[in-house]
Amino acid sequence: MTELRYLAPDTLDEAVGAFAKAGSAARILAGGTDLLVQMRSGVLKPGVIVDIKKIPEVTAIEQTADGGFRVGAAVSGMALAEHETFGKVWPGVLEAVNLIGSKQVQGRASAGGNLCNGSPAGDSVPAMVAAGAIVTVQGPDGRREMKVEDVPAGPGRTNLKPGEILVSFTLPPRPPGSSDAYLRMIPRTEMDIAVVGCGVSLTMKDGIVTAARIGLGAVAPTVLLVEDAANALIGSKLDDAALAKAAAACSAACRPIDDKRGTIAYRVKVAGVLLKRTAAIAAQRATQKN
Amino acid sequence: MAKVHVTTTINGEPMEFLCEPSDTMLDALRGPLALTGSKEGCASGDCGACSITIDDRLVCSCLMLAVESEGHEIRTIEGLAQGEKLHPLQQKFLEMAALQCGICTSGMLVASDALLKKNPDPSEEEVRFWLAGNLCRCTGYDKIVRAVMETAAEMRAN
Repeated sequence: MTELRYLAPDTLDEAVGAFAKAGSAARILAGGTDLLVQMRSGVLKPGVIVDIKKIPEVTAIEQTADGGFRVGAAVSGMALAEHETFGKVWPGVLEAVNLIGSKQVQGRASAGGNLCNGSPAGDSVPAMVAAGAIVTVQGPDGRREMKVEDVPAGPGRTNLKPGEILVSFTLPPRPPGSSDAYLRMIPRTEMDIAVVGCGVSLTMKDGIVTAARIGLGAVAPTVLLVEDAANALIGSKLDDAALAKAAAACSAACRPIDDKRGTIAYRVKVAGVLLKRTAAIAAQRATQKN
Repeated sequence: MAKVHVTTTINGEPMEFLCEPSDTMLDALRGPLALTGSKEGCASGDCGACSITIDDRLVCSCLMLAVESEGHEIRTIEGLAQGEKLHPLQQKFLEMAALQCGICTSGMLVASDALLKKNPDPSEEEVRFWLAGNLCRCTGYDKIVRAVMETAAEMRAN
């Protein structure tokens, strides 16, 4: 490995300064479960590593004043699972984050890393998209907010500008009768990469869907927000006709590839099947709470 | 290239070592720290043979830079036994022949110990899911899972 410098600043300003100064040679280190593998295999040879785990804002889970949550970009899956209330309010986001890798990987890997890695199959991303999460990024020009679905640009690429660091995810407050769910299709039961991933967030009142968001993963170059599918569910009682329409919208949104995990035809079909199953779980959770 | 000076705690003992910035924690353990109980299997976080804990959190030491241990508490397989007295998990793995070649064993033990600290009464399913990141190519897992379940039952009784 070539000359490498390791920096672990205590503040975001320092981290952004160091990251921007080092340019394309620099990489951000959160959990490192992707970065270290890429370094080891020789895919990446960073000149500078900026470890962001000493920055309090990036490792904190906070409840916001309006009842939402702010989750630091480097919070590990295990830390999120151990939080007292997060998993009760956002069970779908939590189950998606907790599908990433083994318990050992969970101890390090973060939703921020999952998003910035830019994989179309990242498990936490469709759930965050369904949740309507907003990310805060900080760069040399200051802070800005982005919708989570606007972050991925393609496999391995994001729309963050040079020098920008992902700081946190902000999840909105939940009206009564709201919940979410995430399911993925994999050929085994654990430790695999999604063939299709589906996140559904619902708000229900008197058995009728009043709000819905749907995220689909591993079926296109980026994770998709499928508004047509959500619109098919809104106003319905999740009856068969509405679910069939939403499933068809999910299948129609797919632009997948053929690979060893699944064919195009399989992914397109499974996207619709998963939408129905995931929506059923989200609905059950949403109505349970009332 | 300048080496980095790292101050950390390993198995309760304050420790200092020098490493390259790109060295993994596993490199440091098996190199300058001479703690060779943690094994390198895949070096990509898939097999769990290098499992350790940092601040009581189970991780793969191959997926962590050695410099990241600065100021943290590391525990390895070498810290499991108390002197000559084996940890109940180690004793049970021996009694129930829950190992053959032994390469995965230290990782299995460290991971199982982390599970029992978090959940003293896991179901078989919970044990199997918890150990999904620890690969064994000899025993077929049944003996390992049974040894963990039996140890948990004994530790609860004592």
